[in-house]
Amino acid sequence: MERRDKTKGKIAGIIANLVIVEVDGPVAQNEICFIQHDETALMAEVIKIMGRNAYVQVFESTRGLKVGMPVVFEGHMLEVTLGPGILSRNYDGLQNDLDKMDGVFLKRGDYTDPLNREKLWDFKPDANIGDTVQAGDWLGEVSENGMPHKIMVPFKFQGSYSVKSVVSAGSYKVDDLVAVLTDAKGNDVSVTMVQKWPVKVAIRAFAQKPRPFKLLETGIRCIDTLNPITEGGTGFIPGPFGTGKTVLQHAISKQAEADIVIIAACGERANEVVEIFTEFPELDDPRTGKKLIERTTIIANTSNMPVAAREASVYTAMTLAEYYRSMGLRVLLMADSTSRWAQALREMSNRLEELPGPDAFPMDLSAIVSNFYSRAGYVKLNNGLSGSITFIGTVSPAGGNLKEPVTESTRKAARCFYGLSQARADSKRYPAIDAIDSYSKYLEYPEVQEYLVKQVGDKWLEQVIEAKDMLLRGKEAQEQINILGDDGVPIDFHERYWKSELIDFVILQQDAFDSIDCSTPLDRQQYMLNKVLSVANSSFRFNGFEQVSDFFKRVINQLKQMNYSQFQSDTFVKYEGDLDEMLKAQLN
Amino acid sequence: MESQAFQKVYKKLTNITKATVSLKASDVGYDEMAIVHGRLGQVVKILGDEVILQIFSGTEGIPTNAEVAFLGRPPQLKVSEQLAGRFFNAYGDPIDGGPSVDGETRDIGSPSVNPVRRMQPSHLIATGIAGIDLNNTLVTGQKIPFFADPDQPYNQVMANVALRAQADKIILGGMGLSNDDYLYFKNVFDNAGALDRIVSFVNTTDDPPVERLLVPDMALTAAEYFAVDKNEKVLVLLTDMTLFADALSIVSNRMDQIPSKDSMPGSLYSDLARIYEKAVQFPSGGSITIIAVTTLSGGDITHAIPDNTGYITEGQLFLRRDTDIGKVIVDPFRSLSRLKQLVIGKQTRNDHPQVMNAAIRLYADAANAKTKLENGFDLTDYDERTLDFAKAYSEQILAIDLNIDTQKMLDVSWNLFRTHFHQAEVGLKKEFMDLYWEEK
Ligand SMILES: Nc1ncnc2c1ncn2[C@@H]1O[C@H](COP(=O)(O)OP(=O)(O)OP(=O)(O)O)[C@@H](O)[C@H]1O
Ligand SMILES: [Mg+2]
Repeated sequence: MERRDKTKGKIAGIIANLVIVEVDGPVAQNEICFIQHDETALMAEVIKIMGRNAYVQVFESTRGLKVGMPVVFEGHMLEVTLGPGILSRNYDGLQNDLDKMDGVFLKRGDYTDPLNREKLWDFKPDANIGDTVQAGDWLGEVSENGMPHKIMVPFKFQGSYSVKSVVSAGSYKVDDLVAVLTDAKGNDVSVTMVQKWPVKVAIRAFAQKPRPFKLLETGIRCIDTLNPITEGGTGFIPGPFGTGKTVLQHAISKQAEADIVIIAACGERANEVVEIFTEFPELDDPRTGKKLIERTTIIANTSNMPVAAREASVYTAMTLAEYYRSMGLRVLLMADSTSRWAQALREMSNRLEELPGPDAFPMDLSAIVSNFYSRAGYVKLNNGLSGSITFIGTVSPAGGNLKEPVTESTRKAARCFYGLSQARADSKRYPAIDAIDSYSKYLEYPEVQEYLVKQVGDKWLEQVIEAKDMLLRGKEAQEQINILGDDGVPIDFHERYWKSELIDFVILQQDAFDSIDCSTPLDRQQYMLNKVLSVANSSFRFNGFEQVSDFFKRVINQLKQMNYSQFQSDTFVKYEGDLDEMLKAQLN
Repeated sequence: MESQAFQKVYKKLTNITKATVSLKASDVGYDEMAIVHGRLGQVVKILGDEVILQIFSGTEGIPTNAEVAFLGRPPQLKVSEQLAGRFFNAYGDPIDGGPSVDGETRDIGSPSVNPVRRMQPSHLIATGIAGIDLNNTLVTGQKIPFFADPDQPYNQVMANVALRAQADKIILGGMGLSNDDYLYFKNVFDNAGALDRIVSFVNTTDDPPVERLLVPDMALTAAEYFAVDKNEKVLVLLTDMTLFADALSIVSNRMDQIPSKDSMPGSLYSDLARIYEKAVQFPSGGSITIIAVTTLSGGDITHAIPDNTGYITEGQLFLRRDTDIGKVIVDPFRSLSRLKQLVIGKQTRNDHPQVMNAAIRLYADAANAKTKLENGFDLTDYDERTLDFAKAYSEQILAIDLNIDTQKMLDVSWNLFRTHFHQAEVGLKKEFMDLYWEEK
């Protein structure tokens, strides 16, 4: 949609952050424009066009705007700037660098450069003269916080090119020329380390998108053991307020086996973002020995920041994730909360007086959500290497009701469901994932099953199913006990119930705030599941149901002490020894 | 009320609804204030030359030939030290008979704090109420509401908390406050000798409901002045936010907006978040802590107002009458302070987190036992003990009439554990058992 002359317009109406602009020339859907107000220019996006009126959503407060104020259309959609220097940055939803802004308060119309234009990067060429290349192919690399950051043929380049020249190894700024390519018609085009890409369009510079098959370790037992997510997989965490969505997401982003973590704080609390700002620079990345913040980018569009930019923020985050995936990296993308994004869509749809769908959400909510989730995934790049975006979004269902439109739409789009239960949160059984209702569709993938058998062991899948069955049977037994009374059921109902409690307390529950228990590597998860199942499969001697609960409480206590100790340390071994004694004494 | 020499006056209204008027006017800014027939209004919609104004005190008696004068500015407040000790209405005009305030004029509803300029909240606020300090510890810079049915003594608890919180300033934003409650606050603060630390913006039940919409922003503009300009620890009390939200729905209904759940506007989440997110800790030491009240109807927290509030605030304090002890308690199940982990076990004794969780788990066991009992089943010895524990725990920890320090709260908890349970039933880390199980 690039035009020689910029289209101009004038404000014709204002309803909150929706502004109607009368235009004097061509405009495009989703085109970006700037409203001139006193000294500042306010950014806005076209969301509907009716005759000569363009309806634009303003990414800022519209206070003081008047009819007749001039508007200039930019001839492009909302774009992000891609290049080295994105990691460890704190951006708002439009990719403004928050640290570059002056003052305590966000100033309207203050847009800052996402990149550092003066910094020198050590560039190493990776392409040879005469190579045939296409969008996304690697021309060279720089080291960004120790991570190989590929300089690629810009994604906007269509067709194939041949490499005319690449600069030699050395220090360059992002805007310096690093390569010249020749297109099919013989025109030369220059390439720097920076490119732009419209956030609402998926980057498709890869060869294919196979089904994901590799487990992505998160260190969270309830996920890895029972309902694992894959590299390039999608999942969502719905739960009423206060049930632990954010704590769980933060835990995953600290611990998961990812090269890059992008966190979109979308319409949630500023203090939660501050927590990341404060903690991540202190925390070590166990794999690289560097600090977590060095592989992390934060998109902060908190609930008090403009609503339209909130909608943009998830797309900005996804586009940055796609950029890093194209470099052959494993990206973990987190969005908290996708419901706030849906609400931003709803607010705008209502202002546009569109026909509302269920709960006044836009009719096409499902399509929008699916479309977004489908941008995640595991890809094979043109050079045969692979990259992935694992995407986990939280959902904040109104009234805690999982039948509401955002949860329903997301259920269709995401493959893993980690439902948080109010009852579990109320009784402080954290993480409050309901292990019975939750699922991972990946467990049904033959390629995932094969991978698990190879990586963890050939009995693993059976053990996982066994544990799930025990949880279910325990729940049924508990219901019977509640109906018939402690005395009204045979003693093995109590045993069944307590075996499920054993799995609950030792495997499912995990203390996110304990330095050891917070993250459990897979080998330790396997060890503990083995241990728990061996207890559950033993046959014990009990005189009366009270002895059952008494015994299992002691066993649980012992196993919990093990969870709190360093794996295979002296204390761990001692607790295990004591436990074995305890078990032996009760054996049949 | 003010007037300006150069302002243009219009005299022809085209439409009048219960809350809004429209007229043809030019050069009007969005959000701008106007005086319509002597009443304050604010621009909420502009379409071409048609301007729609929301009239805060309602449109009763406004004629089509009413005088409309635009003020060329959004709602504002004059800020200075002179605010301290004063009572104002929703427009920031004194209602205590005192002089008007001199100071710098500020627009209310100012922009958000840049998140990178915030600091992580880290100062514990001690209230002496164990249901809060032990189970739901408050921190400066936090935002948290009381969820309570209208017959709970939430304003009393809030006043107690405010006075014990050691804030430099307490700013009361009263919305739909009954005259009695207004006088109650005035009295308590006066008796405590705290009046010079208080600033109040009050809309009582006698005032028009839509005026309430200005109260939180007025209160928070004053709060930002003291927290940012003066580096003070400011505590803002907002009561009752349910009545604020009701006023939002009145306006949006009158403007024919499509309502979402419970006839609330679709923007309720953003509207509430804009207010609550003003809670902040600054690196300079200044802070704004918001304690609010959200009244429930019949304890229903799935209603859009408490539901959206819960998604925004950093926890909630749920008040409930415990019929077993005949007192109001802070319900440990539905209450939560999400910032507590920043201070508990760090600024309090290190067994705090585990003791808190264990006690609540045992209290939950008691709830199960109670259900058993109601269903007519025999109780086990353990069930009996949890019931005894629960009653003592309610009495000695959860009741809102307490005033003890955290150390004492922990000691009381250990004492209850010891009295009612075996070590394995309590299930705490061994290091704590070794330290605290035996009575000292
Ligand atoms: N794994 C955990 N271990 C211990 N406490 C937890 C855990 N998860 C959650 N909590 C407790 O629950 C509180 C709420 O958790 P969190 O903020 O993650 O909820 P949420 O689901 O994101 O809520 P909202 O929808 O309102 O944002 C935390 O502050 C913490 O006190
Ligand atoms: Mg959250």
